[in-house]
Amino acid sequence: MSEELGAIVQSESEERSLKIRLEVYEGPLDLLLHLIRTQEIDIHDIPIAQITDQYLRYLAFMKDLSISLAGEWLAMAATLILIKSKMLLPPDPQEEGPEEGPEDPRSELVEQLLEYEKFKSAAQMLFERETVELSVWPRGADEFGEDETEVVDAGVFDLVQAFHKIVERFKDRVVIELEHEPVTLEDKLRELRGLLALKGELMFSSFLEGRLSRFHVVLTFFALLEMVRMREVRLLQQRLYEDIRIVAC
Amino acid sequence: MLDIRNKLLAILFSSPEPVELAQLQTVFPQFDGQQLESEIDSLAEEFKHWQQALEIRRIAGGFRLSTLPEHHETIRLFLKTKPSSKLSLAALETLAVIAYKQPITLPEVSEIRGVKGSSTIRTLLEKKLVETRGRKKTVGRPMQYGTTREFLVHFGLNDLSELPTLKEFEQILQDGGETAESPTEPQP
Repeated sequence: MSEELGAIVQSESEERSLKIRLEVYEGPLDLLLHLIRTQEIDIHDIPIAQITDQYLRYLAFMKDLSISLAGEWLAMAATLILIKSKMLLPPDPQEEGPEEGPEDPRSELVEQLLEYEKFKSAAQMLFERETVELSVWPRGADEFGEDETEVVDAGVFDLVQAFHKIVERFKDRVVIELEHEPVTLEDKLRELRGLLALKGELMFSSFLEGRLSRFHVVLTFFALLEMVRMREVRLLQQRLYEDIRIVAC
Repeated sequence: MLDIRNKLLAILFSSPEPVELAQLQTVFPQFDGQQLESEIDSLAEEFKHWQQALEIRRIAGGFRLSTLPEHHETIRLFLKTKPSSKLSLAALETLAVIAYKQPITLPEVSEIRGVKGSSTIRTLLEKKLVETRGRKKTVGRPMQYGTTREFLVHFGLNDLSELPTLKEFEQILQDGGETAESPTEPQP
């Protein structure tokens, strides 16, 4: 792997007094490959205890630096430990097929590593091609300065993206308008008492109809609870979610 | 024949985008595609002989006139620009997987890389290096992705077949291993 490709975290301190160089791996597979290749280990015969130990030490090291690693890092640690323990156990006699021997617990991981390594090489190839292409100027290319304003073909994705950005920009400006409700609990209680005195019995659903705001409905409910507490009314409901009957005591 | 060659060069010079054969055929209906193609090939060959400043290359299915890479420092001095920002390693890895396995879904990409990364795909979509390719007919109908024409331009490819095959990478890895790798420990 080239020096440039090995992602390097470098602090951009103005005085250049503080410089941190740290190998950063693209993921657990990247780290495992690095461990295997730099120690010239045969990938088909990985000393799993040694690699697991080194892997866990890296995780601990990152933890010491308060660098949080994504879940896949822990998942790989679990996989390694599982493989390690399987290697220690004698093969399950029941699982053993009549002809083929027990499968090497490492084989799945090895295949995954080999597959990943191919794409890592492909990424390296793309990196090299990109480096060359960035050194080439086509005729009339608009590369004067780092002016990012350009006319591009916009597809649906771009429109959605643009719309999203606009929405994001206005998010902070949303003003919640609070209407002042001139009605108090006292008012509601008085109103309910009046209605009950008039009709003797009310249905809660009658408050939900018409043009009453959510505020009024909630206030009505509160008022009813208050009246129950004061033993002014009884609330009757035949079944769950059914209408509530309000009867004066 | 010299006449048509000069005209073709004039057209290539006029266009910042790779010029496609179909476009040239509308200008020169008296020639067929094959003739035009071989004329440009001869032109590209001639070009190599009488100067080392520009070259004619096949990019994304078209022909493009551009400077030779060795002049990049001179041109940057003149334009007063720094090298443009390159793609991150994560982006390159994701692109490599998509390029070789397209159409492919994000979970499949994550599976190969062993890393969950949805922000990378966003960057690639924004840069128009990948595009959506409809949904896969499996559970959850996940979106599939593929590379674009811009991908070919960005990496100086005429078409995807110019990429080395995965088998070739396998071969290289088996033969040489990573000898260039520095023998450094990841942790102190």
